[in-house]
Amino acid sequence: MSLLELKGVSMVYNGKVRALDNIDFKIDKGDWVAIMGPSGSGKTTLMNIIGCMDKATSGEITLDGISLMDVTDAELTQIRREKIGMVFQQFHLIPYLTAAENVMVAQYYHSLPDKDEAMKALDRVGLADRAEHLPSQLSGGEQQRVCIARALINYPVLILADEPTGNLDEANQNLVMKIFHELHDEGHTIITVTHSTDVGREAQRRVIIEHGHMRESED
Amino acid sequence: MKFKFFLTMIFYSLLRRRMRMAVALLAVAVGATIISGMVTVYREVPQQLGREFRAYGANLLILPAGDSAAFDQSHIESVSKILANHELVGIAPFLYERLEINKQPILSGGTDFDELQKVSPYWQIDGEFPKSGKREILLGKDLSEKFSPIDPKSIIGKNVSVSAGEGSAMRNYKVVGIVSTGGREEEFAFLDLAELQSIVEKPNQIGLAQVSVVADQNSLTQIENEIRNSDSAIIPQSIQQIARSEFSVLGKLQALVLLVTLIVLLLTLICVTTTMMAVVTERRKEIGLKKALGAANQNIVSDFLGEGCLLGAFGGLLGSGLGYLFAQSVSLQVFNRGIDFSISIAILSIVLSIIVTGVASMIPVRIATSVDPAIVLRGE
Repeated sequence: MSLLELKGVSMVYNGKVRALDNIDFKIDKGDWVAIMGPSGSGKTTLMNIIGCMDKATSGEITLDGISLMDVTDAELTQIRREKIGMVFQQFHLIPYLTAAENVMVAQYYHSLPDKDEAMKALDRVGLADRAEHLPSQLSGGEQQRVCIARALINYPVLILADEPTGNLDEANQNLVMKIFHELHDEGHTIITVTHSTDVGREAQRRVIIEHGHMRESED
Repeated sequence: MKFKFFLTMIFYSLLRRRMRMAVALLAVAVGATIISGMVTVYREVPQQLGREFRAYGANLLILPAGDSAAFDQSHIESVSKILANHELVGIAPFLYERLEINKQPILSGGTDFDELQKVSPYWQIDGEFPKSGKREILLGKDLSEKFSPIDPKSIIGKNVSVSAGEGSAMRNYKVVGIVSTGGREEEFAFLDLAELQSIVEKPNQIGLAQVSVVADQNSLTQIENEIRNSDSAIIPQSIQQIARSEFSVLGKLQALVLLVTLIVLLLTLICVTTTMMAVVTERRKEIGLKKALGAANQNIVSDFLGEGCLLGAFGGLLGSGLGYLFAQSVSLQVFNRGIDFSISIAILSIVLSIIVTGVASMIPVRIATSVDPAIVLRGE
């Protein structure tokens, strides 16, 4: 059984703008899929739907055996909290909290904050020694690694990464991709959304989205 | 652990965003300062003005009961006992008798001049008050003009003959001063109570006692009842005009202070609401992130209300201290008298600041919960 399955999913804004059109998509446990496409292709809309931040207009979506079409907003929030780990292009760390506290925020909204666990997650991304630093005291690469540690802390079934290397230099890009490879090797299920062919190539499988339609990449 | 982390989050959101939150803190602290100061003034005004009003004379008379024209001055002690729990300014005993001064019949008063000065500080004296045990006399301004029409003040230092009337012994008394009050006292002569009692041979007898006590209209009525029930030889009578005008002036002043306090409270509410709205607007991304991480609306509400309440507590704490200094300064400037720090007012202003900040956070918090978590993915 697939971890995530989309069947005939469409998203229409204001009854006119068709952002996604009859999408069929499937990802198994332990897969790493890159969703690629140019700006305005519907990538973000798809991310919002898979990330449980928006509901599709029609179709069927199942995540870890739960249908996302028949749930309330509160239930969608709960699914997002328990099943998804998110990595953002702009890191989105809370500026007044340290690296460790930023990781603990995700625990706080999920269950109970545990500093030892947060430290382990930071150690996992090679930042144990930067745990007490504020985001302003960290480099872009370090901030993204804190963001990955935060995404991992609640043991999500799916890691959703939106342009994870979009704001990083080449050295940090390599460092972050290395972590994604390690996570994949450990059995994590990952979806990366990117317009970069290089980043897309790192994934096990690539799908292209254009004008709201999805197709498998040929390379 | 969860609550500890909640406190950590809201505490650091204030502490590590000092510049931004300083503006909000200032708004709350200024409001709390004025509220705490005004409440202190509101509470202190009756007492302070009550003391001021005592400068205008007695507010309670003690008179002999029934048809008696006088009573024994030992009854004053029972009055003093009843007033022990009140702020007593003074009790001035009086005996009025007609004496012959320089062979002219003059209405004269005997009193305790030390107490008189406390009860009627408005008496203006040219010269000095007669001293106890000395044959000294004080003449009213009109009376001095009668005795010395060309230069009334020249009578000071001269002797006048005093007797109880025809056939009684004549004694010489030295005029030590002239009294002006603007009232009927200017037609009288005044001498030490014991001297007058001795001249008219009425030892320990007094005709009335003037009492000045710091009390509002209700307390004064209560005192009156207590005296009436404890001693049947005397009749207490509050001077209603003074008590009523005190009550009226105080009521108006308190209403004014209350009105100003309410307006300040409203302005603080508006100011803090505006500041909190600005805080929420600039933190939309953070709210979106928290929601993307799985925060429910009630988590966002408690985060912002927690911050608001903490801000209110800090602002209230700061404001209650500054408010006391403000009230102290007002009291020193207006009443020439300091006031004590009130823990209850400090607690009230902290609690009020927390409530105001909490209420002020309601609208911004409502806006905060409507933030779409997807904004973190759109990079807005």
